[in-house]
Amino acid sequence: METARQVFRRNLQENVEVCDGSPELHVLAVDDSLVDRKVIERLLKISSCKVTSVESGTRALQYLGLDGEKGKGSVGFDGLKVNLIMTDYSMPGMTGYELLKKIKESSVLKEIPVVIMSSENILTRIDRCLEEGAEEYLVKPVKLSDVKRLKDFIMRGEGKDSGETRIRKRRRRDDHSSLPQSVTLSSSPALACDPSSTLMPSSAPSACSSKRAKLCI
Amino acid sequence: MEVGQMQSRLADYTKSLFMEGILDAQFLQLQQLQDESNPDFVVEVVSLFFDDSEKLLNDIARALDQQCVDFKKIDAHVHQLKGSSSSVGAQRVKNACVAFRNFCEEQNAEESRRCLQQVKQEYYLVKNKLETLFTLEQQIVAAGGSVPMIELSF
Repeated sequence: METARQVFRRNLQENVEVCDGSPELHVLAVDDSLVDRKVIERLLKISSCKVTSVESGTRALQYLGLDGEKGKGSVGFDGLKVNLIMTDYSMPGMTGYELLKKIKESSVLKEIPVVIMSSENILTRIDRCLEEGAEEYLVKPVKLSDVKRLKDFIMRGEGKDSGETRIRKRRRRDDHSSLPQSVTLSSSPALACDPSSTLMPSSAPSACSSKRAKLCI
Repeated sequence: MEVGQMQSRLADYTKSLFMEGILDAQFLQLQQLQDESNPDFVVEVVSLFFDDSEKLLNDIARALDQQCVDFKKIDAHVHQLKGSSSSVGAQRVKNACVAFRNFCEEQNAEESRRCLQQVKQEYYLVKNKLETLFTLEQQIVAAGGSVPMIELSF
């Protein structure tokens, strides 16, 4: 009998479209801001991802078939499998956090990685999102390097045990001199966790160390 | 004016916007997302930003004019404006929004009105500057030249 993970992997291989020999990720982007949707769409397309963008959590759930209808798995109503969900945190109606919870509570959708995007650098908020199962918390404005890193992570994570991979990834990132923006709360990867940097918000250095300690477990 | 001169003028103009803090690195990021397949990307995003901002500024002004000022609603609008200005690299607008939100939190109507004026000022400034920048770009393209990528060291 197949485990859920095996079914997920098999479905992924069946449904991921191939473009120039490499599979294309399909990302569902959720943001109430038209400006931000346009930017994230471009960031994703330029990174060779397919994008579907919606303006609210409710629409996202409708697209994923989780709004009361029988769940079709992580296949959108247009038949395309969703490999990653990127959602804004602050949205009217359903927040990104609430959307995250609903996805993680769903037996059919919980395997889809969810990334939260927010203009606000609030440690308790970040913690809450990561604890609820968010893959990453990106501080806006989202950059090309963020998308590239996410894409690499998702592509590498397929077919492996996602739990172990995630921990391995975070450790490896911690070894690098340039740390990812989302984890270390820095506005510039090269200056991550450098207390002497003037670009760092004053609260960041302590936030950095506590975040790192947590993730290295 | 020949193309080379136009290009220098554009480069100097763009650099001045960064030096004055009107634009920040996010604007450069947007330029990097533009290519032959999406040659009008920056203009398109910025146009959305203009439309969005003007609507928000009107909504905020109207809310501040009410007998009973709804600070929560105003804060939500300012938050949105802060987000979109940040996404296009309109740094001074974003900073003005940050200050504005503090007064919303304090529920200070008088200071909020002052902040609105400040935000509007910064908004119209960046709008003016960007429209000039796009005009300079158009002139170069019309003369058969290409718009150079700005390289700045921060």
